[in-house]
Amino acid sequence: MSTPALNHHAHDHHHDADSMDIFGFWVYIMSDCILFAIIFAAYAVIHNNTYGAPGIKELTSLPYVLGETIALLASSFTYGMAILALYKGYKNRVMGWLMITFLLGLTFIVMEVNEFVHMYLEGHSWQASAALSGFFTLVGTHGFHVSMGLLWMLILMVQLAKNNITPVMMKRLTYLGLFWAFLDIVWIFVFTIVYLMGSI
Amino acid sequence: MLEQLIFGKLTLEAIPFHNPIIMGAGAVMGLIAAIIVGALFYYKKWGYLWHEWLTSVDHKKIGIMYIILAFVMLLRGFSDAIMMRLQQAMAVGQHTGYLPPEHYDQIFTAHGVIMIFFMAMPFMFGLLNLAVPLQIGARDVAFPYLNSLSLWLTVVGAMLVNISLVVGDFAATGWLAYPPLSELAYSPNVGVDYYIWALQISGVGSLLSGVNFFVTIMKMRCPGMTLMKMPIFTWAALATMILVILAFPVLTVTLGMLFLDRYFGMHFFTSDFGGNAMMYINMIWIWGHPEVYILILPAFGIFSEVVATFSKKKLFGYTTMVWAIGVITILSFVVWLHHFFTMGAGADVNAFFGIATMIIAIPTGVKIFNWLFTMHGGRITFSTPMLWTLGFITTFTVGGMTGVLMSVPAADFQLHNSEFLIAHFHNVIIGGVVFGYLAGFSYWFPKTFGFKLDERLGKCAFWCWIIGFYTAFMPLYVLGLMGMTRRLNHYDASTGFHPYLVVAAIGTAIIACGILFQMIQLIVSFKNREKLRDTTGDPWDGRTLEWSIPSPPPFYNFAVTPVVDSIDAFWEEKQKRLANNGAVQKPHYTDIHMPKNTGTGFIIAMFSGLFGFALVWHIIWLVLVGFIGIIVTVITRTFSTDVDYYVKAAEVQKIENEILNRAN
Amino acid sequence: MNKFRNILFTVLCFSLPLFLSGCKAALLNPKGIIANAEMHLLIDAVLLMLLVVVPVIILTGVIAWKYRAGNTKAEYTPDWSHNTMLEIIWWTIPCIIIVILGTITWVSTHALDPYKPLAVKTKPLVIQVVALSWKWLFIYPEQHIATINFVQMPANVPVRFLITADAPMNSFQIPQLGGQIYAMAGMQTKLNLMADTVGDYRGLSTNYSGEGFSNMFFTARVSTQKDFEQWVKKIQKKSPQKLTMDTYNKLVQPSEDMPPEYFSAVDEGLFNTVVMKDMMPMKDMKNMQNMPGMTSDTHGMMDMKNSHDVQNTKDYETERDYKTRWHKGTIPPERPR
Repeated sequence: MSTPALNHHAHDHHHDADSMDIFGFWVYIMSDCILFAIIFAAYAVIHNNTYGAPGIKELTSLPYVLGETIALLASSFTYGMAILALYKGYKNRVMGWLMITFLLGLTFIVMEVNEFVHMYLEGHSWQASAALSGFFTLVGTHGFHVSMGLLWMLILMVQLAKNNITPVMMKRLTYLGLFWAFLDIVWIFVFTIVYLMGSI
Repeated sequence: MLEQLIFGKLTLEAIPFHNPIIMGAGAVMGLIAAIIVGALFYYKKWGYLWHEWLTSVDHKKIGIMYIILAFVMLLRGFSDAIMMRLQQAMAVGQHTGYLPPEHYDQIFTAHGVIMIFFMAMPFMFGLLNLAVPLQIGARDVAFPYLNSLSLWLTVVGAMLVNISLVVGDFAATGWLAYPPLSELAYSPNVGVDYYIWALQISGVGSLLSGVNFFVTIMKMRCPGMTLMKMPIFTWAALATMILVILAFPVLTVTLGMLFLDRYFGMHFFTSDFGGNAMMYINMIWIWGHPEVYILILPAFGIFSEVVATFSKKKLFGYTTMVWAIGVITILSFVVWLHHFFTMGAGADVNAFFGIATMIIAIPTGVKIFNWLFTMHGGRITFSTPMLWTLGFITTFTVGGMTGVLMSVPAADFQLHNSEFLIAHFHNVIIGGVVFGYLAGFSYWFPKTFGFKLDERLGKCAFWCWIIGFYTAFMPLYVLGLMGMTRRLNHYDASTGFHPYLVVAAIGTAIIACGILFQMIQLIVSFKNREKLRDTTGDPWDGRTLEWSIPSPPPFYNFAVTPVVDSIDAFWEEKQKRLANNGAVQKPHYTDIHMPKNTGTGFIIAMFSGLFGFALVWHIIWLVLVGFIGIIVTVITRTFSTDVDYYVKAAEVQKIENEILNRAN
Repeated sequence: MNKFRNILFTVLCFSLPLFLSGCKAALLNPKGIIANAEMHLLIDAVLLMLLVVVPVIILTGVIAWKYRAGNTKAEYTPDWSHNTMLEIIWWTIPCIIIVILGTITWVSTHALDPYKPLAVKTKPLVIQVVALSWKWLFIYPEQHIATINFVQMPANVPVRFLITADAPMNSFQIPQLGGQIYAMAGMQTKLNLMADTVGDYRGLSTNYSGEGFSNMFFTARVSTQKDFEQWVKKIQKKSPQKLTMDTYNKLVQPSEDMPPEYFSAVDEGLFNTVVMKDMMPMKDMKNMQNMPGMTSDTHGMMDMKNSHDVQNTKDYETERDYKTRWHKGTIPPERPR
């Protein structure tokens, strides 16, 4: 009758299947890209509709956000280091770099939440105006993605500890790498359009 | 307080006990559900249902389930249509009809939502599932487990709409829920929330399907099948999937913002605090117009297959057809504003979008000519699928004309939102999409189930549909010219609308006969299935790969991966076989890699359903249960390694021999 | 051409058996110059397209019948699937038609732009329109009167409707006088019409706006200039009601089937207040009452609400107001960090 596929392994079309899976993930990222694009577009339409309330410029601090940005960009670099170690087969190094990446990502999220909480407590909540609704939604959607990425990273670390470096793990770490780089790029746009251009 | 914690906004008052129509409909639905559940217990079929269907990742079974969903929701959506037509035929002058506005408004909203999202979309994905992998010589789709997830997310969305009938209410805002009407200020009930979550959940399903089939078509074609040798239906599917991938995230964001407005008091689309309702209307149509082509392109593909098969002739102008599909795909993204010329955009903007819209008529016209000249010089048999196709060409041409007419902004200022518009889009959706899918359904039915549908009843259904369509919708064109606006609950006798609305109601009754014939057709064909049995696997003398394998196909589809070197691969092979006196090479079987069934998709979808329902009623703890449930299920799946297996060559040989013996 | 049109018109009437005992079709029975032009546009476009549509439908029948399987006399060419000449022809035909229609579209869209003042020398009558749930409020700013669910205008005088809503979105249309335009909260749209025949015409909302929507119609009466002036005088003298902000706030409450009402006086700037009130807090708006160009001629979807109106808001936003609203007069608007 039938036998589990495990016995056959890496031989037949697994390589093909992996490239297909990564292509699929890439397509998903493109659709996510559209998702962000449309939120950006909406933000562009309403970012001046402050209903007499202060705009983004008055409410945010550029140096603080620059700190966030550096944390996130650094995390992409460290993730790259993790991938390098992965291809060389050093499991412990991969774990180490992933750990650092995770902490950097966490720093980013904590800083962002802190920013949100401050704004909220000062009365500049998402309910204050359309512009602020747009701000919280755009930055928040990115933050939500990063949080999900962190959760994912955590799970991959557990699986790596359990499974060692297998083709499946390599594929999954590649997925996350794509995702992480994508979030970095989106953040650069957020930083430029919301914070930098907002403060001009 | 505690009650609110446990049940959120949900109270017993949410169930409209005082409304006999709703309670009756609810009772019927409950009864049917009870009968099905009872039968499952009685025949002890729960295991069968779970192992063979609910957890199945087989694209053929998923396709069948999609189509079952589509038919069920067709009945629901069509009941709404009958109710509306009756109301409008009755409610003239002093008479107010039998539906109060607040109920009537929900009905026309539900009709639109159901027909587009839960009839047409599942039907489309169903046909794609049935045909695309077979047409490209693949054993399954790229991500079988995602495919199952997509199906169940769509089902859950549909269920939310049906639940809203009995528990609470549905949106009374029109099918696109324009704000500010759909904002909390004007729609404080849960109707719009049901709308948002039904569409969000099924929308995610559609998006995943889009990615899945896009990758399937790009990466899993059999050796030799280059892009320009793909069957034309697969081309249409590919273009459609591109549209899905590009358009559905827009819908997600748009509905997401409406959700944020309603739940968190944000101000994207509110009247006050700087919100911009026009932004919603722009965004929803940036999704909405491509959606129209998401529905029609696969229908075009089906007609292309049908017209070539039943004319026993190559499709005329294959390359042109592909280019036409491509042009339509691109243009569908630059015409959305024609849905609201009357918003007050400038003449330049309006004229640009108007002309862009007209340009779509060019590739569409070219396709029509190509179909006509495919028939030219053929040997046409008028089987049911071919009748649908001929009905389509004539009806769609008329619908296309009225569409181009409305793309002239200055003319649209008069026709916008009138019954003329209603007549137009039903003209293209029924005449194009519905006819197309029904053609595809009867065309691929023998492949899927192994027996043909009864021809005579199919033709009766066709004639009822087409006569009913013209009777129901031609009067609406006239009403539009008389200045009757859409969504009226009642009207004055002096308007002179009444006689036309009576005729329209009669038309609906004729269409109802068509649907009835189709149901009878299914039952009769099933009873006579031995007589209608398709033993060859090629009942129509087909041209593409799906006809080269037995009907119904074995679970692995192709015992041997086919190799292709021309467009109508199977047709060419048959010609070669004829030349060689029917000699067929003895196949060489190898092990086949297959995915294992999994309940993950089903379970995730169920949690999503809970999540959606809980959000509608603000039941916080259940929202958390749903959300965490989804995440935990996904994570659990990633820890599982037992996801696939191999079918041994010997096993394949055994199955193939059995099929051969059965055929002889 | 006109004669041909008339013939077509007759054919159209007869071809639909139930159609038109005495042509009740409002769109084909225009009573104003815009509606008239729109009808002719509609007929021309249909005619042009019928040039392709009719042959296609006939061809479908002919080809399907000629090449039916039973007709073995017809030639059978199973591999004939390409002919460059033919394909060029049927890319060209629709292209030509679309080029013609596109040109007509470009010209007519600009000529019949609802925002464009009519090319008539007479000074236009301005009527401000507010769509409420579910009735229409008409304000005559120059005559200082207002009406509900009834609008009167002189024939052969251009009328300039300025339209907004204080309700969900509606659409304002008097089919026999011309096409519609949306009525939206916080935005102002415009419609220029001119009636040419005295009579009563149906006016309505053509965009679904909630439960009472079906009853949201009004009478549009076109009279002579003299009758119009008398009517205005009558309202100014005889109607006891005045449209103040208070009366207006009561009117905003949803109601259905409202009979016509008349107001002999209207608060100055009421319409502007209604347009602007969603765009900034009421307090700031007080400052804006006399702001010139406040409801300026905006044109285009995005700028209707955004750019320069908001610019104005900012100009008028005093720091004190801002602090009061956001910090209850205490904390300066800076982030403590």
